[in-house]
Amino acid sequence: MHTNPLRPAASLLIAFTLLLGVGYPMAITGLARLAFPSQAAGSLLRADGRVVGSRLIGQAFSDPKYFWGRPSATTPKPYNGIGSTGSNLGPLNPALLDQVKSGARSLREADPGNAQPIPVDLVSASASGLDPEISPAAALYQVPRVARARGLGVAQVEALVRAHEQDSLLGFIGEPRVNVLELNLALDHTR
Amino acid sequence: MNANVMFYLLLATVLGLALLCVKPLGSYIADIMEGRPHFALRLGGRFEAILYRLSGVDASKEMSWRQYAIALLLFNLLGALIVYALQRLQLVLPLNPQKLTAVSPDSSFNTSVSFITNTNWQGYSGESTLGYLVQMAGLAVQNFLSAATGIVVAIALIRGFARHTVQVIGNFWVDVTRSTLYILLPLAAVLALVLVSQGVIQNVDAYKDVTGVSATVPTQTLPMGPVASQESIKELGTNGGGFFNANSAHPFENPTPVTDLLEIVAILLIPFALTYTFGKMIGDTRQGWAILAAMLILLVSMILVAYYSEQHGNPLVARQGIDQVASHLQSGGNMEGKETRFGIAASTIFAAVTTATSCGAVNMMHDSMTPLGGFVPLFLIQLGELAPGGVGTGLYTALIFAILGVFIAGLMIGRTPEYVGKKIEATEMKLASIFILTTPFIVLIGTAVAVTMTAGKAGVANPGAHGFSEILYAFSSAANNNGSAFAGLSANTPFYNLALGLAMWFGRFWPIVAALALAGSLASKKRIPVGEGTMPTHGGLFIALLIGSILLIGVLTYVPALALGPVVEHFMLVAAR
Repeated sequence: MHTNPLRPAASLLIAFTLLLGVGYPMAITGLARLAFPSQAAGSLLRADGRVVGSRLIGQAFSDPKYFWGRPSATTPKPYNGIGSTGSNLGPLNPALLDQVKSGARSLREADPGNAQPIPVDLVSASASGLDPEISPAAALYQVPRVARARGLGVAQVEALVRAHEQDSLLGFIGEPRVNVLELNLALDHTR
Repeated sequence: MNANVMFYLLLATVLGLALLCVKPLGSYIADIMEGRPHFALRLGGRFEAILYRLSGVDASKEMSWRQYAIALLLFNLLGALIVYALQRLQLVLPLNPQKLTAVSPDSSFNTSVSFITNTNWQGYSGESTLGYLVQMAGLAVQNFLSAATGIVVAIALIRGFARHTVQVIGNFWVDVTRSTLYILLPLAAVLALVLVSQGVIQNVDAYKDVTGVSATVPTQTLPMGPVASQESIKELGTNGGGFFNANSAHPFENPTPVTDLLEIVAILLIPFALTYTFGKMIGDTRQGWAILAAMLILLVSMILVAYYSEQHGNPLVARQGIDQVASHLQSGGNMEGKETRFGIAASTIFAAVTTATSCGAVNMMHDSMTPLGGFVPLFLIQLGELAPGGVGTGLYTALIFAILGVFIAGLMIGRTPEYVGKKIEATEMKLASIFILTTPFIVLIGTAVAVTMTAGKAGVANPGAHGFSEILYAFSSAANNNGSAFAGLSANTPFYNLALGLAMWFGRFWPIVAALALAGSLASKKRIPVGEGTMPTHGGLFIALLIGSILLIGVLTYVPALALGPVVEHFMLVAAR
């Protein structure tokens, strides 16, 4: 006959909590720090000797002389690092259309001469609210505005975008994209 | 490259990688769980022996199905108490650099049930609610143990078919220990390190304040934490509970298309492989492949619906002069609630895979999908998550539908149904019916109660049919232990924390007890030899029968509810053009 199952249940739970809940994550933390220190710490970007952000976490750019990222639904402010979320707006929700319209209006007002259709990712909120990237289409759309605001040539800014374009791996894993923070850091170093 | 071609190549890569592992991993799992001589068992033998001695476990003694079920329930109940206590006490415990305060009683209850039951529904927002110790010692431990619980129930049911005229179905303590130590832990450790190499964070530092590149960019606080170690088991164990609120859409959980691909494969890995384990343990691998084929057909067809629907975009958005057309410069389509790096293809494959299993991790916000796109995860959950289903849960659910399938076929031809050498009689059909009917009962009654109550309707974020879908999705997800959500629903309220907590608990353990009883009943039966009247259960006919039974139950149960949600919403979107 089997004895009371309480003892094995309790002791195995304690053992597994120590092994899987402390030993395992701490071992992975140690190994990660040894093998991939920069990634484990958040892929932080430094400029002029200070940490200016993570290359994986988008920031709220709204100045016309910077490339803008995706709309962010985080609260109380966009790109709130400790409040990741999407908008969760349904496809028929009037609030979704309002968001699209106001996003399109801001883009057009900042660049009145630009009559191209607006790439969808520039008016749709990302899933995390922290998307660090935009599509190459979205970056190219903003080139005339950024060039004018900085007094740079359109061709020069476009070349910078092209240089920061990241392709799909093997042509089909992931989408082509541009990291907004890295692109803007490069812009600040362009004369 | 054309967007559709990219999508098909990605899909083929995902399925190809997961299928390549079916035979080696499935065979390994069978060896471990049957205790055949194996290098890994020798390696861990000493540790196992010490563990059993300290715990008072006699590894040589097997259990009846009742003893097995009692051990399983007790183990899970105690586990829930630990997760609850850790959340309530987190402020006085170490490894909480943000000094996050105690979680409310109703949210703690919901979250502990959620992680015990392999649901990993999240009413809370991880980065602003839970300290590192709760994440590591509470949630991640149950990521392992709830997955192990699923595996052992599947193994017990397989033993029911594989054994004959015995009263015992295995030793729960040994099964749970071995599936954790030899299957889940090594896979999780390797995947965690690969994920870190791609940018998933892994530390126990305090959150980091950073200043933006210029004065016009606001300062930002970056969350930190032991994410990779949790992320890997979250996918491998088909748990799905994110370290952060945005789950696998968060760049610190899923930073690149490569991590995304690996995470999708990791979700499918063990559920796929267990079909081979089944075939190997009953001595006829064709039976396992047939089950896997049925799962694949369901999975791929639903992925296609999601992909084409999302890639088509939102016609209301297109009317605003917005470019949703796929090109080499953008993925286009319905990008609301999706990440740039994943686009439409990787997002929709993830959405279908996470709901065709019991994972529930998300790399996009399902709530913002088009009506037909959002129908896919909802319906896959409602089918019972068996294509291929959660770790263990998928296989035992599929086997019970196989029993239903041969029963229906038996009625048609007037013979006593049998499946892989066991006669299916009244006891088996009663247990299978209890198993199959439990979750629809919880989902439909729960949804009906919620939509009639002010507290239920208060949480809805979107107006009209979509709001109803949010509630239907919540109860479908909870009762079937998925954990994904139409996340606009504000579910961190006493009503939803309690109602969904109960749905998760009964949706998990009621079917598990039925499955273990079934295992006991089958194990006690004689094995009957294959005769002239035996219907083959490894060919196309059986695969069609299995898919038919699954769809029959799913469609008959849920069409009225679905008509009020995604179906009517689809027609409204068409009309709005």
